[in-house]
Amino acid sequence: MSATAFAIAADVRAGARSARDVVEEHLAEISEREPEIHAFNLVLADEARSAADSVDSAVAAGDSVGPLAGVPVALKDNLCTRGIPTTCSSRILEGWRPPYDATVVERLRSAGAIIIGKTNLDEFAMGSSTENSAFGVTRNPRDVARVPGGSSGGSAAAVAAGLAPLALGSDTGGSIRQPAALCGVVGMKPTYGAVSRYGLVAFASSLDQIGPLASNVSDAALLFDVIRGHDPRDSTSIAGRIEPVTATLGQGVSGVRVGIVEELTDAEGIADDVRSAVERAGAALAAAGADVDRVSVPSTTYGLSAYYIIAPAEASSNLARYDGVRYGLRVDGDDVATMNANTRDAGFGAEVKRRIMLGTYALSAGYYDAYYGQAQRVRTLIIRDFASAYERFDVLLSPTAPTVAFEIGAKVSDPLAMYMSDVCTIPSNLAGHPAMSVPFGTARAAESPGSELPVGVQLLAPSLRESLMFRVARVVEAAAQAAGGTL
Amino acid sequence: MSAVSGNVGGGTPSGWEVVIGLEVHAELATATKLFCACPNEFGAEPNTNVCPVCLGLPGSLPVLNARAVELALRVGEAFGFSVPVKSVFHRKNYFYPDMPKDYQTTQYDEPICLTGKLEIEGRHVGIVRAHLEEDTGKTVHVGGGGRIHDATHSLVDYNRAGVPLLEIVSEPDLRSAEEARAYVNELRATLLAIGVSDVKMEEGSLRVDANVSVRPAGSVELGTRAEIKNLNSLRSLGRAIDYEARRQIALVEVGERVVQETRHWNEEDGRTHGMRSKEEAYDYRYFPEPDLVPVAPTDEMRSLVRETMPELPAARRARLVDTWGIAERDARVLVGTPGLPEYAEAAVAALATGTAKDVANWATGDVLAYLNESGLSPEVLPLAPDGLAELVGLVAGGALSRNQAKEVLGEALRDGHRPAQIVAERGLTQVSDEGELGAVVDAVIAANGEAVAEYRSGDDKARKKKRGYLMGEAMRALKGQGNPQLLTKLFDERLG
Repeated sequence: MSATAFAIAADVRAGARSARDVVEEHLAEISEREPEIHAFNLVLADEARSAADSVDSAVAAGDSVGPLAGVPVALKDNLCTRGIPTTCSSRILEGWRPPYDATVVERLRSAGAIIIGKTNLDEFAMGSSTENSAFGVTRNPRDVARVPGGSSGGSAAAVAAGLAPLALGSDTGGSIRQPAALCGVVGMKPTYGAVSRYGLVAFASSLDQIGPLASNVSDAALLFDVIRGHDPRDSTSIAGRIEPVTATLGQGVSGVRVGIVEELTDAEGIADDVRSAVERAGAALAAAGADVDRVSVPSTTYGLSAYYIIAPAEASSNLARYDGVRYGLRVDGDDVATMNANTRDAGFGAEVKRRIMLGTYALSAGYYDAYYGQAQRVRTLIIRDFASAYERFDVLLSPTAPTVAFEIGAKVSDPLAMYMSDVCTIPSNLAGHPAMSVPFGTARAAESPGSELPVGVQLLAPSLRESLMFRVARVVEAAAQAAGGTL
Repeated sequence: MSAVSGNVGGGTPSGWEVVIGLEVHAELATATKLFCACPNEFGAEPNTNVCPVCLGLPGSLPVLNARAVELALRVGEAFGFSVPVKSVFHRKNYFYPDMPKDYQTTQYDEPICLTGKLEIEGRHVGIVRAHLEEDTGKTVHVGGGGRIHDATHSLVDYNRAGVPLLEIVSEPDLRSAEEARAYVNELRATLLAIGVSDVKMEEGSLRVDANVSVRPAGSVELGTRAEIKNLNSLRSLGRAIDYEARRQIALVEVGERVVQETRHWNEEDGRTHGMRSKEEAYDYRYFPEPDLVPVAPTDEMRSLVRETMPELPAARRARLVDTWGIAERDARVLVGTPGLPEYAEAAVAALATGTAKDVANWATGDVLAYLNESGLSPEVLPLAPDGLAELVGLVAGGALSRNQAKEVLGEALRDGHRPAQIVAERGLTQVSDEGELGAVVDAVIAANGEAVAEYRSGDDKARKKKRGYLMGEAMRALKGQGNPQLLTKLFDERLG
């Protein structure tokens, strides 16, 4: 595996390595593996080289360079990049070039990071396998017959294959954590409002958060520290200071109370190997000094149902603007309404259309209260149940995904089976809490016992307790590394 | 329609009552738009005041303009609204090309202002609510005479998209076109006085939709209403209501039903027209806007608004009628003109001789005419208020006739010269010396024997005419500077 982001940034800052060399090395890796994996919608080779040269000039001139100096970062292709196509893996946005950078992109650039490409995703981030992309599937680098998870499958695969040390994804119901688990990397969803959404093409505004993917916990922490913090351009951005997580990473878990969430761990559909990984992660934390016990968070069982009302409802409104009038695809018609309909029919894929219809229905007159209203009440209930769990526990532990990576095509004809992929990750989005997936060994897939595939465990924390969550994650990671292949 | 008879004032046929509720959209006089930093200005080149936010580009997010909230609070204070601890923005979802996001961000069931009232002619008109929302862009249909149905294509200007609006919704408390006009008039005057909007109906910064229904006089049930749009002036508002009431009455009288619909006022043919060919029930699928947090005005903002409220037009009119002794009508004109009452009050404060009523007369007469003609506002008039006070003093002291004063004021308003200076330069001072005037009168009588004879033998009409002629001769001799009252008196004495 290539060097960590920490090591690259330290070497580049010290002048021990040039950013240009780092970029060339990763571009070479991309040439080698990308044709098979298809993690990227767009590789920004020229832009990356010239950004690397700027970093190198700054280092040579003795100017201060940021904490991510010379580190290549892959961006999920739903993050706006000025003058660079941003497609959301949808035909409807093909060719559109945003006139502005997302806030996180600005922050990356000023931290010295090198934007190396835009990664593939399920169209508009709707999916759990990256198969819903208009530009082809991404393959799991651990087993190219399998999906990388989704919707940030391109970002997870890019990190897992060593095409970029760091990547950004977006997480509405698990879209960072689930692919991180399936690809064997670290993926983290911050507290809602800890990272600005400005420039993230919206799927479900009250649930979306941008977060880091990395090959290890420290690198994820480094990237989170760069992108976190208030942004006046996002009204839902938290006004106070967002604590950095890197500095406290090594403080251990002595006395930290960890609760294993029964409803998410023992549920039907959770593979035995996955459940046992959670138990072993709990045992490892206990061995490191944490107090580990089981906890019930009853309303999390309704999370999936509530999510599939709220997210499509918001999406049905957020995606209305793709009407062929101002940008992207236009398919003409006899009048404006027909042009709108023709454009949307040709431009959106099946899953996006399905969710727009679900959401439109859920918000329609006479059904609003039974669906959207009820889903919001479930959301309130989940927040309350988490709050009472956090009276007794500091962090919670659960599986990230019910199973290891599944084969390409296995669930495309069964949307409900696909939706189940996010059953463990959705509650954190509904509550607005931070959560992350950490690799914890491997397991054999039930249907093909031959291959060993990554398993991820999920850590959940109360709002703004990212620093504690990362400390625990570091201990889980250390335990997994110490056990090596024996887990 | 000819069967409808017995019109009473307001144009409603007897036996019927017209019930009107008004929805007024006022563009708020903020420097920037409601959710972004683009300028809020009228008349710029199309699509120049736009950015990713007001164009609704993917990934952009709204940030609420605090000034718009403050202006809404001022409206709340002026009309006695209650302003809840928090109010909420919703999304109103429908497809329309001039709406960049294909939803409008607007307040719905939790508006910023609830339950206010406005007084017209001694009667309270209830106001249900006032809420903040964003304006849409403007669509121009090209070809086919500018109408959507036969246009070849359409152009959209998004400069107006995102301009802050306050929608003020009255109760159905109005009963005639006159009352509706009076309501809008008073609303405008108040919005202007509190600095919330420039309320220009012609430029669209104040837009009025009227909900009109009819019912038999004495009935308490509301009839089916039609919503009338495209009312670009107070005159259109009144005409449209009168037309619509008659249209509905005629329908009901022949046993037909009024359809609940939106109707478009056509100024040229003087009728309202149904706007939609097919019956469409819109479902706007309102839900709370997740990109914004609830609006929660701080105590500081609330008290700032209270402390900076000016005297409201109704109170000011009452005070001026009371203390200056002017007519209600003049007070209405004065107070209805932005900046003019301040100008007049400053002049009254600087007055040495003459009355406040004199000042008000000049202000609502020649000064207002000059403002209209020049397009200037009172604050930037070359003639300072104490200059007007000086002019009033010259007239009151007998140094200038009204006609001379009119001329002097004309120049003073244009050039800013002091009236006394103009009088001195032109040698305009009025002659009020009885001896000097008497000599001129005597000379005129002596030189116009024929006219004098006709005066003495004529009837009242002839006498008046001849005296006018003789007065004119005297004025000519005096270069127009004779005191007309004194001259009249001297002629009367001498001609007997």
